[in-house]
Amino acid sequence: MRFEYAPAPEARSIVTLRDSYGLFIGGEFTAGSSVFKTISPATEEVLAEVTHAGPEDVDRAVAAARQAYERVWSVMPGRERGKYLFRIARLIQERARELAVLETMDNGKPIRESRDTDVPLSAAHFFYHAGWADKLSYAGFGPSPRPLGVVGQVIPWNFPLLMLAWKVAPALACGNTVVLKPAETTPLTALLFAEICQQADLPPGVVNIVTGDGTTGQAVVAHPGVDKVAFTGSTAVGKEIARACAVSGKRLTLELGGKAANVVFDDAPADQAVEGIVNGIFFNAGHVCCAGSRLLVQESVAEEVLGALKRRMAALRLGDPMDKNTDIGAINSRAQLEKIAELASSGEAEGAERWSAPCPLPDRGFWFPPTVFTGVSQAHRIAREEIFGPVLSVLTFRTPAEAVEKANNTPYGLSAGVWTEKGALILWMASRLRAGVVWANTFNRFDPASPFGGYKESGFGREGGRHGLEAYLDVPGGGDV
Amino acid sequence: MSEASEVSVAAEAGRIAVRKTYKLYIGGAFPRSESGRSFTVRGSGGGFLANAALASRKDARDAVAAARKAFPGWSGATAYNRGQVLYRVAEVLEGRRAQFADEVRLATGRSPAAAFAEVDAAVDRWVWYAGWSDKIAQVRGGANPVAGPYFNFSVPEPAGVVAVLAPQDSALLGLVSVIAPAIVSGNTAVVLASERYPLPAVTLAEVLATSDVPGGVVNMLTGRVAEVAPWLASHMDVNAIDLAGAPGALADDLAVAAADNLKRVVRLPTADWTAEPGLERMFGFLETKTVWHPMGM
Repeated sequence: MRFEYAPAPEARSIVTLRDSYGLFIGGEFTAGSSVFKTISPATEEVLAEVTHAGPEDVDRAVAAARQAYERVWSVMPGRERGKYLFRIARLIQERARELAVLETMDNGKPIRESRDTDVPLSAAHFFYHAGWADKLSYAGFGPSPRPLGVVGQVIPWNFPLLMLAWKVAPALACGNTVVLKPAETTPLTALLFAEICQQADLPPGVVNIVTGDGTTGQAVVAHPGVDKVAFTGSTAVGKEIARACAVSGKRLTLELGGKAANVVFDDAPADQAVEGIVNGIFFNAGHVCCAGSRLLVQESVAEEVLGALKRRMAALRLGDPMDKNTDIGAINSRAQLEKIAELASSGEAEGAERWSAPCPLPDRGFWFPPTVFTGVSQAHRIAREEIFGPVLSVLTFRTPAEAVEKANNTPYGLSAGVWTEKGALILWMASRLRAGVVWANTFNRFDPASPFGGYKESGFGREGGRHGLEAYLDVPGGGDV
Repeated sequence: MSEASEVSVAAEAGRIAVRKTYKLYIGGAFPRSESGRSFTVRGSGGGFLANAALASRKDARDAVAAARKAFPGWSGATAYNRGQVLYRVAEVLEGRRAQFADEVRLATGRSPAAAFAEVDAAVDRWVWYAGWSDKIAQVRGGANPVAGPYFNFSVPEPAGVVAVLAPQDSALLGLVSVIAPAIVSGNTAVVLASERYPLPAVTLAEVLATSDVPGGVVNMLTGRVAEVAPWLASHMDVNAIDLAGAPGALADDLAVAAADNLKRVVRLPTADWTAEPGLERMFGFLETKTVWHPMGM
């Protein structure tokens, strides 16, 4: 049965796009060396022109951050710093709809997600960390922990504003100043956040935002005036940054890729588990480092679960991200679409069976249908490599021990899921899965009070909670939490 | 001082001493280096003490394999159990104070009183860490008040196999001070002993072998840092590395190699081993795991 829905598009009029955006340095938008365009991945229309920050622009940003650090931010009492963060949290709430619409325009994710997840969580992150600013002495990192200085932060395109919040809020709460490089394809909410910093009267230079491509990120990370680097992105780039920081001695935290196992036991409530599987891999079109991209289902219920999963997938609505009924939005860029398509064809070439939900794809923009592969072996690339798209690989197991063995058979270790009614089995699994976050009978939950981060090649350091503060305080060995 | 005089101190006059062969300690056994190589270890006065095994790349890889094999059992043991095992190490070491004081004195040339003081401090360090085993989780973990109907908690977990480059300047206390913080939380270790003072490390391995520490939890290599450490730093099945015993220039290279699989790198300022250790070394080999579960009816 197929239900028809009337279109329910969110209004774009709440967003006022400028033709061109400068670099946010020292509290003002300033011109840079060159410009590039950012497009809507759902329509390929040009949204705005954005400035590319070259090395001299990054120099200016770091200098502004250094000055703000030394003269203002590091000497300001924590309770005053906290008030600025509370202000920012409130401003994000006040401008929530505008941020959500802009995020969806620039990123391609469904408005339902940006409205209900990205933006509220971003505000919550600032609200949570605001309260830490004057309580750091009680956080367990010594009697009066000091900030690190100027922090260089490079963030990805999958949760542009939320990743900004994860990075900027703890850095500022701990007394650091920031040079942030948003992703090349999703700079707009960061630039709107710059306006929010202005509205909050945040002292100039405390937050600096330099837009650009990978070379800009590299300039930020390599800049000698940067004391600490925080990066969220691919494992390959993370390793390069780790090598550079090994020599320069900069503090480093990394939040990298994943290939999470979502383990479904035979006693799991089927409907809930299927919702969990769908949320695990199709939330944000699978553009999630902790996505449950490997489904491990117990052999005895594999057929039943797959049947229910395919029925559910057939009901997913793919299309206009601005439509409030849309479940699956656009792939963020042509390059990412090509990567997903390439990996998916490798699945077919290596002998796995491909099934895609029968949904029409829009003519313009970048789209990939929700897809599931069965008959996947652990040797297949689709079982080993992060796909970062709406593609699920299904493997089966017979015993809990086999499930653990297969789940842990990856160089990654960011997240994992477990579905069963047995409490003892949940805790047994949770203690054996080598992953930084374990979701039991749920998946893809996030909270500013909950530490997030990976084992092994998924990176090091935690974001969120008391644990996340360590990355931004001058604690010996800090960061490798 | 003649060469013979240094090693015969402990022997009674007129009796020919039975000398010990100093070997490696891997997977609970004491093999020679598979390479068949050894190197001369001299005392502080320059006299011959013994030939120690010169560990090779293959020995390092065997040690990593043994450490990996021991990891599920040791990390799965209760914290109470690990605490008792570490305390047992202290007990057994205490019983061999005189032997260790002799070894430290011969290796370093320190006075008998200073050598005894170092051994005593090493015993006390095991006791200090033994007490930590069942407290780390409460200091380092806890419940997280998330904004939703979920029970959410974070617990520290061991990173896995840790390569430990023991400090070069300390014959026993520094060695103990880098092994104990790695294994107390459930990690297993491959230790590369001080190049200058390898013999007390091998004797410490005898203590570990007789203290209920399961085979493979600590593996002891003796040899050249510049030769063996790079293999450990680049090994894809090693999860973390303590660079205490690596000289500055080499430490940079090792930290770069460690990025191949994003090892946790512990690189702390040179420590005064007699001071109470901080928590950085222990915490440096921990991961934080966060678990969510819905609450409802």
